[in-house]
Amino acid sequence: MSAKIGSPKELEKLRKEIEGNKGPYRIIVSVCSSTGCVALGSKTILKTLREKLAAEGLEKDVEVKETGCLGFCEKGPRVTVYPGGISYFQVMPEDVSEIVDGALRGGKPLERLLLKDEKGKPAKRLEEIPFYRLQHRLLLSDNEKIDPRKIGDYISIGGYSALAKVLIEWTPEQVLGEVKRSGLRGRGGGGFPTWRKWESTRDAPGSPKYVIVNCDEGDPGAFMDRSMMEGNPHKVLEGLMIGAYAMGASKGYIYIREEYPIAFSNVKAAIEQAREYGLIGEGILGSSFSFDVKVHSGAGAFVSGESSALVEAIEGRVGEPRPKYVHIAEKGINGKPTCLNNVKTWASVPMIVLNGGEWFSKVGTERSTGTTIFSLVGNVNNTGLVEVPMGITLREMVYKIGGGVRGGKGFKAVQTGGPSGGFIPESQLDLKVDFDALTEAGSMMGSGSMVVMNDDACMVDAARYFVDFLLEESCGKCVPCREGLRVLSATLGRICEGRGEPSDLDTVREVTDLMKTASLCSLGKTAANPVLTSMRYFPDEWTAHVEDKICPAKKCKALIRYEVDAGKCKSCGLCAKGCPVGAATWEKKQPAVIDAVKCIKCGECLDACKFGAVTKVSGLQVPAKSVRGRR
Amino acid sequence: MKMFDMEIDGRAVRGREGQTVLEVARDAGIEIPTLCYSDETEHIGGCRICSVQVETNGRKSIVTSCSYPADEGLKVTTNSPKIRKMRRTILELAAVNSGPDVAGDFFSLAREYGADLTRFSSIVSGEMRSCILCGLCVNKCREATHDGAIGFVGRGVHKRVVRFPEKAQTCANCNYCNNICPTGRIKQGGPDPPFPTVDDVLSGRA
Repeated sequence: MSAKIGSPKELEKLRKEIEGNKGPYRIIVSVCSSTGCVALGSKTILKTLREKLAAEGLEKDVEVKETGCLGFCEKGPRVTVYPGGISYFQVMPEDVSEIVDGALRGGKPLERLLLKDEKGKPAKRLEEIPFYRLQHRLLLSDNEKIDPRKIGDYISIGGYSALAKVLIEWTPEQVLGEVKRSGLRGRGGGGFPTWRKWESTRDAPGSPKYVIVNCDEGDPGAFMDRSMMEGNPHKVLEGLMIGAYAMGASKGYIYIREEYPIAFSNVKAAIEQAREYGLIGEGILGSSFSFDVKVHSGAGAFVSGESSALVEAIEGRVGEPRPKYVHIAEKGINGKPTCLNNVKTWASVPMIVLNGGEWFSKVGTERSTGTTIFSLVGNVNNTGLVEVPMGITLREMVYKIGGGVRGGKGFKAVQTGGPSGGFIPESQLDLKVDFDALTEAGSMMGSGSMVVMNDDACMVDAARYFVDFLLEESCGKCVPCREGLRVLSATLGRICEGRGEPSDLDTVREVTDLMKTASLCSLGKTAANPVLTSMRYFPDEWTAHVEDKICPAKKCKALIRYEVDAGKCKSCGLCAKGCPVGAATWEKKQPAVIDAVKCIKCGECLDACKFGAVTKVSGLQVPAKSVRGRR
Repeated sequence: MKMFDMEIDGRAVRGREGQTVLEVARDAGIEIPTLCYSDETEHIGGCRICSVQVETNGRKSIVTSCSYPADEGLKVTTNSPKIRKMRRTILELAAVNSGPDVAGDFFSLAREYGADLTRFSSIVSGEMRSCILCGLCVNKCREATHDGAIGFVGRGVHKRVVRFPEKAQTCANCNYCNNICPTGRIKQGGPDPPFPTVDDVLSGRA
């Protein structure tokens, strides 16, 4: 029997069939199988669950679903039980029996595995806890409902109905018009109006036209695209095909970085199933639209996320950006018109079709519409994926959703936009998170990483971290980026090691200025942003490093030393025991001594001391020994 | 063929459709310096020394003249103090990889722009290879031999020109790449010293 769906009617029929044929199950137990929860042990939960069901003959009563990510990754593994949709967090294998038995009896939810709200009350609904309350989950909300490896699950919640609507009822112009009305802007970071990109591709001469999903997410701390791809690949695929229809494209590529094996295998499976059901191929759903798509695995280069470099990589060459001032909308893959969008951009398209562009445009701010997903990480209490309407303030992100700075420390900065973005200080926390406000502040939206830093962070060192990241990732094609980063890295290294001179700051300014204006691609053009925002918002830290040889955050190893406060020292010897290099010594009834020359500044003595006698100091009598730089 | 009027350094010039800013300038006798550009072979647009300022509809931007398409009404500035300063910094940065021991166009330009080719040598230490990775020899070799006996390996600061020994025992036989190297790394008799083999570079022997 052919599984092919020949028309929208058949799609709807199939949806009803799946809906009405949910099997004999009394309850559904869904277990997160995304990267975060897998790392925390969700595979063991699944194994325990299946063993229990088999041993007790409950396989017909309980359906087990492996689903995508719900966002609160640090509280994984997450298990959700239907009916009721109660989500349990930090589930251990020994909890499985209790969860299943309780649910089968129809008993009360297991309170100890529920998340707690601010008052410590167990929350049955996710919106009751601060992490979810301010979120507006348009893209991610289906993740917990479906098994990403089963197309039936996606169809049962209305999947592919947007594609069906478009193919049968709408002209390509109507699709473009609706996307224009929605105000959707590219989620990859630049925020270019999506409709305009689509229009250029549609109007450019040449055939076939190509569409590309960019899933080369590589910013440190970012995993939004990964979770979307792992948890709901069909949604991305559906958006891609609607876009292809609007632009007259017939071929697509999904570029996934090699480091994302689950995303890769889930999207492969999605494509195979969609093909089997006739949702990819010739004459889709009885229309005249034909489409085929391939998955391309990246080879580990950050720069391949740049559109022309990605096209080079798909064509089989080294992923380096092209020097031409011709956009890929005109000359992309094989010199043909090509449209590349981020995962989240494509995934936003089906709901724009179903609910209308105007509906979408009402979410978010006037010029940055809709929602976007951030990976909120770093020194905040709640880390994970959060989907918020554009225009939310950074303060709400950090203090409400993120629950404030971890460990009672002070807030220092939030880094948005990854290596192309910048640091935003406390004074700017009321900034609205949208494309234009972040760019104005010297940072950028980027694809959505948001790293919170506490006052232990040294902003010179943090800038150096991003410079060193890019130094390894620059393709090396153009001089300003390749050599500029090399000089910046060395100069920032000197400054962090206490060997900086005032002229080094001039060098940094001159080189960053050149990189911004003269680099070949946007990697080089934006590479200076972390350094520039650090200098703009934290000038005192730079002066302290260069002129006083002090690291105010006491982070730069060459500028600190450990000292023992003789008054507090109880001569217990714990510091000497903890020290791996014999720098901390102690004799009975004598306060401990730390030999600054032997010391490797690992901080073990500080952690070991129970009396607060060991302190970290910066400034004065810094030993002349320097720490070797990276280059 | 469509012709159009534009302006370079205040001079009215005419360009042809399909020409780059650099080509129009050179046709008009206006010199813009280049290093990684050659009309004999494909160029990678990597040295950025030919950067100029263009103005269209009141919007100014810095572009590389070797790849920016010339167009009606474009206003180009090739030699302002700002651009000269940029070029000097580019030359000084390029010298991080090459070192000061260079000849040819690179040497002449450094003199012309007052670039100190040892400016960053006290900050960045590394092997000086008399090469700025402009890619001209690599492209020329690939086009002339339809094969490519030399090529790039590595990314970023690890990028090197290497020889593929299975394709060329030595690199001084064909002489196709002669006269194309802007730094004197490749001399009349070929690359001197010869480019290391890909195996030697990847295994860390060279």
